Amino acid sequence: MPRKSWLGMALIGAALALAPIVVGASLGNAWVRVLDFAALYIMLALGLNIVVGFAGLLDLGYIAFYAVGAYLYALLASPHFGIHWPAWAILPLGAAVAGLFGVLLGAPTLRLRGDYLAIVTLGFGEIIRIFLNNLNTPINITNGPKGIARIDPISVFGQPLSKPVEFLGITFSGVMLYYYLFVVLALGIVFVGIRLQDSRIGRAWVAIREDEIAAKACGINTRNVKLLAFAMGATFGGVSGGLFAGFQEFVSPESFGLMESVMVLCMVVLGGMGHIPGVVLGGLMLTVLPEAFRHGAGPMQQAMFGKVLLDPEALRMLLFGLALIAVMLYRPAGLWPEPRHRRELAK
Amino acid sequence: MTVLLEARGVTKYFGGVQALKDVSLTINAGEIYGLIGPNGAGKTTFFNALTGLYQRDGGEIGFCGAALRLSSPHEVAKAGIARTFQNIRLFANMTARENVMVGRHSRTRAGVVGAVLRDRATRAEEAALRRRADELLRYVGIEHRADDIARHLAYGDQRRLEIARALATDPKLLALDEPAAGMNATETASLKSLIEGLRADGLTVLLIEHDVKLVMGLCDRVAVLDYGEKIAEDVPASVQRNPKVIEAYLGGAA
Amino acid sequence: MDIFLQQLINGLTLGSIYALVALGYTMVYGILGLINFAHGEVVMIGALSSLTVIRLLADSGLPGPVVVLIGLLAAALVCMALGFTIERVAYRPLRNAPRLAPLITAIGVSIVLQQLAMLTWGRSYHSVPPLLPAATHEVLGATFTEVQVIIVAVAAITMAGLMMLVNRTKLGRAMRATAENPAIAGLMGVDANRIIGLTFVIGSALAALAGVLVSANYGIAHYHMGFILGLKAFTAAVLGGIGNLAGAMVGGILLGVIEALGAGYIGDLTGGVLGSHYQDVFAFFVLIVVLIFRPSGLMGEKLAERA
Repeated sequence: MPRKSWLGMALIGAALALAPIVVGASLGNAWVRVLDFAALYIMLALGLNIVVGFAGLLDLGYIAFYAVGAYLYALLASPHFGIHWPAWAILPLGAAVAGLFGVLLGAPTLRLRGDYLAIVTLGFGEIIRIFLNNLNTPINITNGPKGIARIDPISVFGQPLSKPVEFLGITFSGVMLYYYLFVVLALGIVFVGIRLQDSRIGRAWVAIREDEIAAKACGINTRNVKLLAFAMGATFGGVSGGLFAGFQEFVSPESFGLMESVMVLCMVVLGGMGHIPGVVLGGLMLTVLPEAFRHGAGPMQQAMFGKVLLDPEALRMLLFGLALIAVMLYRPAGLWPEPRHRRELAK
Repeated sequence: MTVLLEARGVTKYFGGVQALKDVSLTINAGEIYGLIGPNGAGKTTFFNALTGLYQRDGGEIGFCGAALRLSSPHEVAKAGIARTFQNIRLFANMTARENVMVGRHSRTRAGVVGAVLRDRATRAEEAALRRRADELLRYVGIEHRADDIARHLAYGDQRRLEIARALATDPKLLALDEPAAGMNATETASLKSLIEGLRADGLTVLLIEHDVKLVMGLCDRVAVLDYGEKIAEDVPASVQRNPKVIEAYLGGAA
Repeated sequence: MDIFLQQLINGLTLGSIYALVALGYTMVYGILGLINFAHGEVVMIGALSSLTVIRLLADSGLPGPVVVLIGLLAAALVCMALGFTIERVAYRPLRNAPRLAPLITAIGVSIVLQQLAMLTWGRSYHSVPPLLPAATHEVLGATFTEVQVIIVAVAAITMAGLMMLVNRTKLGRAMRATAENPAIAGLMGVDANRIIGLTFVIGSALAALAGVLVSANYGIAHYHMGFILGLKAFTAAVLGGIGNLAGAMVGGILLGVIEALGAGYIGDLTGGVLGSHYQDVFAFFVLIVVLIFRPSGLMGEKLAERA
């Protein structure tokens, strides 16, 4: 690797390492928490990017895998069943189980194309959510709409990340510690994504996206390769879900609605489908901007009109919807598409 | 002369229409075999039935001395039949080299773990793959466009790229669906020498073509389809004189 | 047995509403090959805007059904304008774009409509004034209300009218021609853009009607009602064979009945393990099963993939 890119990477690393300290000191821990969520969503978006961006399979129920990972963690590390497994045992298991779900949900739907696939995956996502909501009777598995609380935090080397740590004279709060964990894992997923993209499997995914029949004629077993995309995407979703459960120490079905799936999809599409830096940008933007908006819109209206005219939450979603339309109309390939190829969506 | 492909009684229905009626033909190893016929005669349908894109409603296909019972296109490709498409089907947003590399999918092995870890075997395979892709691009004469996006290539180059991609599957039989369609005289001439080169290198070619002159000048033997039926199969010179063939081509128009 | 009949009646009522909404999906899909994801929200806007008008006129002394009719007309106008605008803004510019693009704009439109509705009508559930005759009758141990009769009758008449329009009029012929092949229809002098616009307008009028009927059926309306209704109606359209008008009607009624019967019997079937709150699962389950085993639907033509 040339010296210049080492330098760039070192700078990015330093920025990532310092970000929570700076943000925490200037804006408060609430914003570090936002960064934590940004990292989680980036992991999710990168997982979905494999399915949608690389393989071109529009999955609108992706959040179901996040839910699987989260609930698995919740059930295996909480007083709900009195089981308290360590995170490092549950997370790989969550990845595997979510991957299995990916294959199970993917297998019957793969013959479908485009928007049909979208609707069926959406249906699967809703079914999983309905089950989470209702599997509290006759045996209480999911605790229904109330969700599962008092989940064990994630511990690293025996240190629960929810407790602050003193190091080099700086107090690292729980949200900061989680930040470092999430960023490291997100970087890992970026690495895996980049490696996959430039490989035999990655090329096969893109080939299927570009022309499925030609891909078959090239000897690609499209069913297996698509299932692999589903499984890989679901695996990332499962890991993120487990992290989410440990981080929040609480899960309930309402975190896994269709809107969440749509949100993750929008990160992928707005950022630049199939382009990993674009997807990271999309995840970051769609986590941070709405949050800034939520905090800013109320006070801003107060200052301008003397009172809060419009519900900031509604306004936030409204702008989000408008942004989706505008980006598709004016930048159909996303905000940061692959520079070399303006792929598929660019016409 | 060894028989490479033997089709017996291949039949295909679309709803009530019989698109292929008991088509039987034999292709010998090392020959260029032409499949011609008026529009809608069932040439492409035969291609699709042969390469697994359509399920056959009847008939058998023997390939390399064994029955070809495979039902899906990727298995057919792996068995050694590669094809191109009448309306070019490249991976439009991949580079020319990547297109050819995809063609070697079934001859390579690297999986997810290899892709992520990039172990020695994977790196070696990837390097060999790249070399082979560049070799094939050179073979069809478009090595200078290796890094260009497929859809930016000139029409004739796209046809060549599709052939290179098909060759990447290491086929024993290369099936070309109207490769000269839309080409001018110069492009057709150089395509002709490319196909002759393929034969010289020991490949068997099945060629669907509209350009009768090209077929007659290139093929060792020709079969003629009309309304889904084979009405003639012989060396070009005698097919040309066959009254049934003349009838099919001229009578249909009258 | 009385449960069966009761659920059949309920299912028929719900099913005729699904059918009306499903027609909107299927008409647009038939012509553009596009899932108008925002269609459910149009139903919601129809329900809420009719409600506003109805509330304004509730004490005017006009007879109840007249008030509802005026509300319906107002809602139809709002929805038709909305449908026209949606097509213009979110779909037409993307007509030649890959299929993912209009799907995303459709999601965007859904979100925008929902949030606008929330800002206009608030987050609360609105009760619908009972202006339609609501007396109940009993048949063989099952009860039905006059509202239910009205819903089924209105839906049936409307659908018959739509079939006449599509199969007997010049406009209908132009619509069928455009659905078959827009370019060729254009060569024959059909203004495809106009026909597509009209399709959205007609579908939206049906959506407004469905919105009024569904809020009359349940007695409530809220900003979030469109999503799940739209999804189920889409399921109905797929079940019947998307793009096929008769299929949408059959699919709608069938889905309504399946859902009602399923909700009525699921407790017994599973020995009480699963309760009627799994009702929504049926629609999705049906959708998935249909798409996997018969993607062309009950009445759709088989589409072979072209090489």
